[in-house]
Amino acid sequence: MASPLFQLEGQVIPDFPEPKSFPLLKHLTQKNPLAGITAASRLEIRPAPEMASSGVSKMDALTGGLPRGCLTEICGPDSSGRTSLLLAALAAATQREEICTLIDASDAFDPHSAAAAGVNLERLLWVRCGSHARSSPFARQRNHASSLAEWERHRMEDPVEQALRATDLLLQSNGFGMVAIDLAGVSLKMARRIPLTTWFRFRRAVENTPTALLVIGTQPCAESCATLALKLSRPSPVVSRQEILSSPFSVLSNPSARDNNECCPSDDSFTGRNPSHAELLTGIEICAEVLRSRSERKPMQSVSTFATKTAWTA
Amino acid sequence: MPFACIFVPDFPAEAILRVEPELRSQAVAVLEGKPPLQKVFAVNEKARRVGIEAGMTKIQLEPWTDLTLRPRSPLQETAAHAALLDCAQSFSPRVEDTAPDTVILDLAGLESLFGSLPKIARGIARRTSDLGLEASVATAFNPDTARFAARGFSGVTVVPEGKEAERLGNLPLDVLFPELTSAHPSEETVRLLETFDMWGVRNFRALCALPEVALSERLGQHGIRLQQLARGAISRTLVPVDPPQVFEEAMELEYPLVLLEPLAFLLAHMLDQLCARLAARALAAQELRLQLNLDSSFQLSDELNCHPEHDARSPQNLNCHPERSEGPMHFAGSTTMHGAASTKAAEGNASPRNAHFTRTLELPVPMLDPKVFLKLLQLDLKSHPPGAPILKVHLSATPAQPRTTQGGLFLPPTPEPEKLELTLARIAGMVGEEKVGSLELLDSHRSDAFRMQRFIPTEPEGQKEKSDSFVSQAPITALRMFRPSLRATVSLRDGKPAHLVCNKRKEIHGDIVWIAGPWRTSGDWWEQDGWARDEWDIATQVVSRQSSVISKSFSGKTSLALYRLVHDLLSGHWFVEGSYD
Repeated sequence: MASPLFQLEGQVIPDFPEPKSFPLLKHLTQKNPLAGITAASRLEIRPAPEMASSGVSKMDALTGGLPRGCLTEICGPDSSGRTSLLLAALAAATQREEICTLIDASDAFDPHSAAAAGVNLERLLWVRCGSHARSSPFARQRNHASSLAEWERHRMEDPVEQALRATDLLLQSNGFGMVAIDLAGVSLKMARRIPLTTWFRFRRAVENTPTALLVIGTQPCAESCATLALKLSRPSPVVSRQEILSSPFSVLSNPSARDNNECCPSDDSFTGRNPSHAELLTGIEICAEVLRSRSERKPMQSVSTFATKTAWTA
Repeated sequence: MPFACIFVPDFPAEAILRVEPELRSQAVAVLEGKPPLQKVFAVNEKARRVGIEAGMTKIQLEPWTDLTLRPRSPLQETAAHAALLDCAQSFSPRVEDTAPDTVILDLAGLESLFGSLPKIARGIARRTSDLGLEASVATAFNPDTARFAARGFSGVTVVPEGKEAERLGNLPLDVLFPELTSAHPSEETVRLLETFDMWGVRNFRALCALPEVALSERLGQHGIRLQQLARGAISRTLVPVDPPQVFEEAMELEYPLVLLEPLAFLLAHMLDQLCARLAARALAAQELRLQLNLDSSFQLSDELNCHPEHDARSPQNLNCHPERSEGPMHFAGSTTMHGAASTKAAEGNASPRNAHFTRTLELPVPMLDPKVFLKLLQLDLKSHPPGAPILKVHLSATPAQPRTTQGGLFLPPTPEPEKLELTLARIAGMVGEEKVGSLELLDSHRSDAFRMQRFIPTEPEGQKEKSDSFVSQAPITALRMFRPSLRATVSLRDGKPAHLVCNKRKEIHGDIVWIAGPWRTSGDWWEQDGWARDEWDIATQVVSRQSSVISKSFSGKTSLALYRLVHDLLSGHWFVEGSYD
């Protein structure tokens, strides 16, 4: 006998098996559709990153140090102290017995400066980007990329491309205390070609790791991916020789001048009143300005000035 | 005192199957001798089932079309024997190297470590299988009984104490004479077997049942000794050996290999075997040496070296296997090696057609991961291709004690050595070997006096108090080097630089607004590459034409740039060596 399709009065409804999906449907209809969504006001506050010393007391006072697990960008023109700050940060990190790496896109790293700055060279991995020595003669023979493979090979000889790929590999390795990318010698045109997604990828790679990713360049190129962005400049740009008295660098003049004003450069050094061999470069005045900082603590001031010293005066 | 015996039946065939495990499902015959007088030396079980026996000529094998023939390889047999010893050594330090296919080990005192005798026997069989050898394992309370049981029974056999005669009773008398498996058994042994056969004595039990006096009268003491061996009533002292820690794997290729990809498959298998052997001895590899025998008759012209697309040479020209020549080979490099590795031509009695290509991978710490080794070798071969078809692959490892590290909660993290080594190899393939690593300053006043060295991070020592105090008020002024130094044209005024023009960098030009120096240095004048120069620290005004997206503060501003200017006193040229930054 076939089962009735509808219930008649006085009849007994046969015991149909309940569909298996019924409890799930019932649960879904009773559930608040917004239950799994956290209100923006209740979002967990992102914990403040752990800060590592930058090696310069005034910089630490200004920014609190270099944030770990974040991208820090330091930019500025030539002779603005970017590399000095980079070496100070590397020195501090290597003295903390951390393993550091420097990806040098323009092969400009000076080992003697680093040693004078206190960098433990045994703990520093130096990646010198540039044309592959083995493939250079071949590259000279074949200037025109005739195929996709050729184009790929030419692309891989680009120092910036090498630096980015090396950074990718090193960030995936983990375990580094600091990964520094030196793009200071790279032309602005080349630096601008780096897609923003690359910086996002780097930021994601170092997130929740103790690695501090540091980038130095001429102009800011990581944009909003940088947790901390610093701009270095000199306190007062010089536009004429007459203004060299307010020069951005300190010099030691002859002994009599040194007694009177040690850090005052002499305009007469060029005119010949003071011989040039009586002059001595003793350091550079650096003005650091915080362009962007996502740290919880708002800095009391966003600009700080400090000076570097040359190795022979240390 | 219990003993175990590991016996590998059909050892020459098994040595080949160990390297080529895909042949295990096929009938394989091992040939020995010079063509055309090759004869079957050993066969595997599948070949034996289809009727192939040792001693058959190659012509007699022609009807079997699905039979795989391989020449006998002493190299692979040596490696298999070494693996057998490694397996035994991983269980007991007292190992007797009885025969190439037989190893006996003393199990006294091992029950507390590895469990009961059946468990130990199963463990030995499992480890032997891991090393690529299918072996029979038997345990007994005297070495010879264990040996006869291993030779007579396949799989794992445990002979209880006092039941030797009962368990060995059904074994044929051939088992009593191991030398019968050799190519040339002695006449005495053959005559003895014929005698026993005439008497109707065909197994151990029948031999045990013979009266001792009558047996002694006919065969002398030798007969009595054979009877005692068959009863398991005689014991002897084990002769232990201390096998040298040589970890080598070799493979002779039937056809020249012209692609790196199939080579990687071979290397993967060899590395697996090598690492299994090292693991069996609780060791790791400190250095890997890959030696390839190349077909030196294959000469690459410079044109082929420079143009990889011309490498699509036909398989016929290479005399290589058609299946292994689908694509071009990586022949971009020459046979001249760089770095630590080197190539050398074949010497001595090597074939004039063969040349050796050697690569050595020195690992920063002892490692034991075949995947890491394979990737490192692949990256290395990609950077330094062999340059000719490969005839033979020889891989060896230098053993070392495994790395023991004790991590600290408060120590800074360091990269994993295996991961770091792979990363460095990848980066070296990208930028060049000489451009990645740590640096060492040289004891010289010459500019840029340093050398690159391999990056081996040292373990942190936890000097906390030292690190906390390293914050300075004024960092050191850094110099950014221009490599190579930039040639400059300098105008002098009163003997001092007054104007600078650098053609390679347009921004380095203009009047020199401040100058310090010269600082004269020289050195190496007693050598051919002596140097002498004057250094000047100079400042020039630069006009920045760069615009910024975020900040426009740099645009159009005039600023100072500090450079190091160098006057080479020997050549008289001026260079801009770097900038202070």
